[in-house]
Amino acid sequence: MNDVILKLKAVGKRFPGVIALRDVSLEVRRGEAHVLLGENGAGKSTLINLLAGIYVPDEGEIVFDGEPYQPRTPLDAYGVGIRVVHQELSMLSQLTVAENLLFESLPRRHGLVNFWEMNRRAAELLQEVGLDVAPNIPVSRLGVAQMQLVEIAKALCYDSKLLILDEPTATLTSKEVERLFEILKKLKSKGVTILYISHRLQEIYDIGDAVTVLRDGQVVETRPLAGLAIADIVRMMVGRSIRDEDAFRDDVAVEGELLRVEGLKRNARTPAVSFAVRRGEIVGVAGLVGSGRTETMRALFGADPKIAGSVFVEGARVEIRSPRDAVQHGLSLLTEDRKGQGLLLTLPCAENITITDITKISRAGLLQPDVEREKASALVTELRIKTPSVYQLVGNFSGGNQQKVVIAKWLFRGSKILICDEPTRGIDVGAKREIYDLLWALAASGKGVIFVSSDLLELISMCHRIIVFSQGKIVGELPRPEFNQQRILSLAYEEYGLERAN
Amino acid sequence: MSEQTELSRGGSAGARWNNVLRFLVREAGVAVGLVLIVLFFCVTAPYFASAENFLKIFVQIAINTVLASGMTFVILTGGIDLSVGSVLALCTVVGALIMTDKSLPAGLSVPLAILGCMGTGAACGAINGWVCEQWKLPSFIVTLGMLNVASGAARVLSNNSTITGLPQPFVDFGNMIVGGVLPSIFLVAVGVILIGWFILRFTVFGRFIFAIGTNEEAVRLSGHTPRNYKIAAFAISGLTAGTAAVVYLLRLNIGSPIAGVGYELNAIAAVIIGGTSLSGGKGSIIGSLIGACILQVLSTGLQLFGVGDNFKPIVIGTVIVLAVVLDTYRDRFLRSIETR
Repeated sequence: MNDVILKLKAVGKRFPGVIALRDVSLEVRRGEAHVLLGENGAGKSTLINLLAGIYVPDEGEIVFDGEPYQPRTPLDAYGVGIRVVHQELSMLSQLTVAENLLFESLPRRHGLVNFWEMNRRAAELLQEVGLDVAPNIPVSRLGVAQMQLVEIAKALCYDSKLLILDEPTATLTSKEVERLFEILKKLKSKGVTILYISHRLQEIYDIGDAVTVLRDGQVVETRPLAGLAIADIVRMMVGRSIRDEDAFRDDVAVEGELLRVEGLKRNARTPAVSFAVRRGEIVGVAGLVGSGRTETMRALFGADPKIAGSVFVEGARVEIRSPRDAVQHGLSLLTEDRKGQGLLLTLPCAENITITDITKISRAGLLQPDVEREKASALVTELRIKTPSVYQLVGNFSGGNQQKVVIAKWLFRGSKILICDEPTRGIDVGAKREIYDLLWALAASGKGVIFVSSDLLELISMCHRIIVFSQGKIVGELPRPEFNQQRILSLAYEEYGLERAN
Repeated sequence: MSEQTELSRGGSAGARWNNVLRFLVREAGVAVGLVLIVLFFCVTAPYFASAENFLKIFVQIAINTVLASGMTFVILTGGIDLSVGSVLALCTVVGALIMTDKSLPAGLSVPLAILGCMGTGAACGAINGWVCEQWKLPSFIVTLGMLNVASGAARVLSNNSTITGLPQPFVDFGNMIVGGVLPSIFLVAVGVILIGWFILRFTVFGRFIFAIGTNEEAVRLSGHTPRNYKIAAFAISGLTAGTAAVVYLLRLNIGSPIAGVGYELNAIAAVIIGGTSLSGGKGSIIGSLIGACILQVLSTGLQLFGVGDNFKPIVIGTVIVLAVVLDTYRDRFLRSIETR
């Protein structure tokens, strides 16, 4: 019987407005490959970051290798033998492979780096992971898959006891995945424990021994993988959460096409996508992060380039080459990164609202502050943005209020089509409800809403239809009567190997 | 937050003092600094408080003030313009060549020369901006290139010599002192500052300059083209370099390819001391004026104090850094009283 190397007891982690992990208890056995699964936002990344010493848990305790484990920095994690290969690779790209591999303890002689020794040891490590590159070339010349292997080799050279891999195969081809699994199996046979996170449900069978499913920051269940069908796993991921009070309004008339997108292709490698939105309609867009939903919306809006596709607004073909074109044709984009791309944080609320249509508050190039105050105040009142005055800086606003300012700025412009990318991310429950009501009020006034979200329950409660993206493709479209969490999730995973496994 | 408003409305003595303090620190921080420095020198340095001395200071700050006003536009968008000194040199050469061209009718040469200065400056600035935007290059590099190009062009055009013999009426205007204390060139500088202030404060264009400096991507995704505004900001900086060249001609009556060496750094220093953030989006042109004043007052005051020319840069350099350090404390202080 294997002993337990990592044990989490009732671990919790809160961020402002969200509980990321709640009462998480988990046991990982020495020498096993333990798979961590969950939807976007289920808490996987938070959990890894706790183990890696990047976040500090608010409650609970962690025991690693028989000792209480309370890392404050990533160095503490290295110290006890925990290595993390993050999804976003963090390499010193101008340095050589060898320097990257041995960066934390460069072999030295007389206070200088011993390059000969460094390259020799690096070559050994590279051989171990089967990566055939010279240790003295800069990392920037490697491909992503090779970089991934360098990261793994780096984890090897410190006698890691626990190796955590966050979506290591997201960018790899199937041949490279095979190679990676070979290495992981070799490591396992040497007694290294592996904590493995992936979106690709099918591949976890090739490597995993046990699986833990997270949902809404809580552990659903830990089970041995043997004898567990993919359908069972999906069921565990979806579960039976309590549905929010249904926000859907059936009194809103849906009629007449507002927007039609035909054969939109972002680049030569991505498939063409087509969809349409009608007046008064809220169209949900589901899919995993990286499935192309955000990217497609940005390309539609002209924020990123596209190579093909036609867009029709109210039946008329329009040419959208920049956000400027999109805005002129009545489109608007509420970006997923509200602070970074949606708001002017150090400027007043009023200026944030009027930026979309400055001609309405100016005459002959001169600003009309009274008109601006009046119009901005009207929207602040209408949207119930909580602020003592329109001159408050939006950087001081809560997430919900900031999102309302973003909506206000598009209302000010009079946009007909609202593309909302994760409009309720990081917003507390009460404010979420207000955003839902607001979007419904807009739909009722004849606008069309595209609602991109990782929260399935939210999509189910809000939308007329849900479009599902998987690997850049639209793999399905469900009308409201057919809404079903499990079905949507299966579709979202479809292009990631689910079909094959079934 | 609401408690704070409550308090200030209630008008207790403490809260009122708090508000006064906040106003002084936020809006008038640099001005208070200038007043303190002036008072210090008035009390301690001989002759500092004389009309003659102030007149001299007014003459000396004119060029830097004009350069700093254009520089403010560029820095507000998050860029930097290192080329203004040598663009000024190029413009003085262009202006002096036109003025001394005997083939032009007498009445026309001066207006043409002024247009030539400003046009050349604006063109250099527009090229800076266009190159930056076209190839997404950092303005530091592009304007460093322009610094050399303009300097070389000035030497080629002037045959590497000083051009003298400007028309007498032009020279006379440059020496004019309005009302006994206000030199004509200072008034030109004040005019430039006022125009710049008006543009930044009251026009749509000014609004975009601040917005782009705050978050360029958000402005782009709001359906605008930041590129054009950024190119315009560089063109304005070039235009003020051309205007500063006219001031230079008025003051020194020569066109010189070696004019303006190091002026760009004085202009940047004035803008930064004036509280404009190098990362863009925050600052004011009045601040830049005050910054230019602080630099000149320090320089003159130290001289009267008997601090040698060799020591002066040490003090001034320290003050520049100190001003920015104080700026970070100011922000922190404002935040602390706002959240109290």
